[in-house]
Amino acid sequence: MDLRDSQAEARFREELRAWLAEAVPAHGPPPPAHDWPARRAYDTGWQRKLFDAGYAGMSWPAEYGGRDATPNEQLIYSEETARAGAPYVGVNFVGTLHGGPTLIAEGTPEQKQRHLARILRGEEVWCQGFSEPSAGSDLASLKTAAVREGDHYVVSGHKIWCSFAQVADFGELLVRTDPEAPKHKGISWLILPMDAPGIEIRPLPTLAGEGEFSEVFLDAVRVPVENRVGEENDGWRVTNVTLRFERGTAFAGELVLLQRNLAELVDLAKQRGRWADPALREDVGHMAAEIDALWAMVKLSVCRASRTGMPGLEASAIKLHYSELYQRMTELGLRVLGRAALSREDVGGLPSGRFLAEGLKSLNSSIAAGTSQIQRNIVAERILGLPREPRR
Amino acid sequence: MDFQLTEDQEALQEGIRSFCEGRVPADRLPDLEAKGGFDRGLWGELAEMGVFSLRRPEAEGGVGLGCADAVLVFAELGRRLVPGPLVWSHLAAGLLEGAAGGAVVVGGIDCTADSDGPLLLEHLAHLDALLVLRTDGAFRVDPRAVAAEPVAVPLDPLTPLHHAAALPGGERVADAAAAARLRLEGATLAAAQLLGLAEGSQQLATAYAKQREQFGRPIGEFQAMKHLLADAFVRQELARAAVYAAGAILDDPSAGEPVRAVAAAKLTAGEAALRNSRTCIQVHGGMGYTWEVPAHLYLKRTWVLENGFGTGGEHAHRVADLLG
Repeated sequence: MDLRDSQAEARFREELRAWLAEAVPAHGPPPPAHDWPARRAYDTGWQRKLFDAGYAGMSWPAEYGGRDATPNEQLIYSEETARAGAPYVGVNFVGTLHGGPTLIAEGTPEQKQRHLARILRGEEVWCQGFSEPSAGSDLASLKTAAVREGDHYVVSGHKIWCSFAQVADFGELLVRTDPEAPKHKGISWLILPMDAPGIEIRPLPTLAGEGEFSEVFLDAVRVPVENRVGEENDGWRVTNVTLRFERGTAFAGELVLLQRNLAELVDLAKQRGRWADPALREDVGHMAAEIDALWAMVKLSVCRASRTGMPGLEASAIKLHYSELYQRMTELGLRVLGRAALSREDVGGLPSGRFLAEGLKSLNSSIAAGTSQIQRNIVAERILGLPREPRR
Repeated sequence: MDFQLTEDQEALQEGIRSFCEGRVPADRLPDLEAKGGFDRGLWGELAEMGVFSLRRPEAEGGVGLGCADAVLVFAELGRRLVPGPLVWSHLAAGLLEGAAGGAVVVGGIDCTADSDGPLLLEHLAHLDALLVLRTDGAFRVDPRAVAAEPVAVPLDPLTPLHHAAALPGGERVADAAAAARLRLEGATLAAAQLLGLAEGSQQLATAYAKQREQFGRPIGEFQAMKHLLADAFVRQELARAAVYAAGAILDDPSAGEPVRAVAAAKLTAGEAALRNSRTCIQVHGGMGYTWEVPAHLYLKRTWVLENGFGTGGEHAHRVADLLG
């Protein structure tokens, strides 16, 4: 049970840290949230710099231009980039962490040739078209229909929660190709060119008033059959190949941010003259201890995965506790702010803007990427072996 | 970094697990209860297994292992509700002659915390020596020299208690720094037992939920039950990570901050045991409220361990102090 970096890991950390210390300030501050073209340029510009420095595609195999890093190195990468305040993966999220890995696992040589290097260099942005208004947790009930016409699919339907759709070049799209088959058996995975005729993108502002999500309406959009990844009607399996991809190591970055949030909370408590309050000190100490424990849990999970070569089911357990802790912490922050929490701008010399932004953002953590209720079902059924509920 | 059990550690865990399964099965607990929570024969076997001598150097007849190994052993002891002053005899192994081999049964009490509660001594009648932790050191006290009244009905039927008005000064066997270290080690081993209680109660509840049927189906099929048990599993695994990390960091302080790591372990394991054993009672329904189902024993032992070597709240304050 060794918690320290090996010599090779320490060297990797040191090199990365030194590179980040120059590269992050040189990249400048992020553009305003509503300026999507500028955000795309900022995020893809950073991706290009990662690529040139050899840090793009940490988990991607070397033959596709990735670094082929060990899980421990991926953990260090998440930790150090968060610590250095490096740009978040942003518009490159779907391409580098989901779409690209799916092509690596299941794509044709032509599909790999066409997309992988461009994703890695920040030349191609992807979005996700999985969820639908009536297919959320029950994703496999999706209805967007693809009808074969010669060498094209003609796709009509309605997708939702598509991050970065307004600046994406391609979308990973799940469609129903066999409406008669059982729901998991009639789905196909398509690469959707976002400039194809018949696509309409409507922003769906979040409760924080931000425009990251869109709805995408597809009206008889023609997608070449050669854009299908995997066999026809085998899309559910293709999706699941990468659904758990990298979830484990990515938490290291989130935990660094939680530690930073907590440090800011302590500063705020001191500024407000509340840091002597024993009840507050107990809550804060409790959370710091829980963050440490969750850190250890991430490390235990990553090390176990690198022995077995399989991402563990514990990712569900980690996500459950992470989202609960994050929400409890932002709530405590708002308690310390007092009436300043009524303002989303800094007010009276207090950082209410940042605290409110976190407070609102944290509400998403128990919903996105599998709600906490779905995660509990996964833990109960797949880890504890409790009987599945009858479902259709 | 290689934060997982080594093959030797897996073998150690398996060894103590099968020992506990064979020697302290659930149906032996009533017998141990009748004996006042202590059996000298079992104590000797635990000593032979190396429970007390685990961290003593091999040259002194010990096993030469570290805290990262000891937490695995104590988690299994906790999971099986093995009674007795296990942590104290383990801590005393390097201090008091005979403790490591089990011939001298050592109990103890931590008097370093700001506590104005009554002085309650565990297992006093079975002790050959009492170790008292104070801020200025650790002291050996003769249990027969302690004026104490037995508590007629202790909370945990396997942890008998005596109530003392005061303790004699005793003979100093460790200085202040060594006593502080003993307190960290004790908190970590108590946390390991709490981890075991969290896991054991979760497993008992999960097994029951699979077998108990209502409305024509196993109750474990209902999401209301699933979510209780999933949360119990998450708490248990969080505690496991914190306890393993505390063990590793006590062995190698360059890997972290010991005070903080021990606090995280004691706090998360205490919370996991407390809430999981309550969940265990709840999942058993009416039967969970009876004496015959052992669900209550997990909760009662948890209260004993939660109140030793610093409560969760005390440890949270220690972490807050480190934050500035």
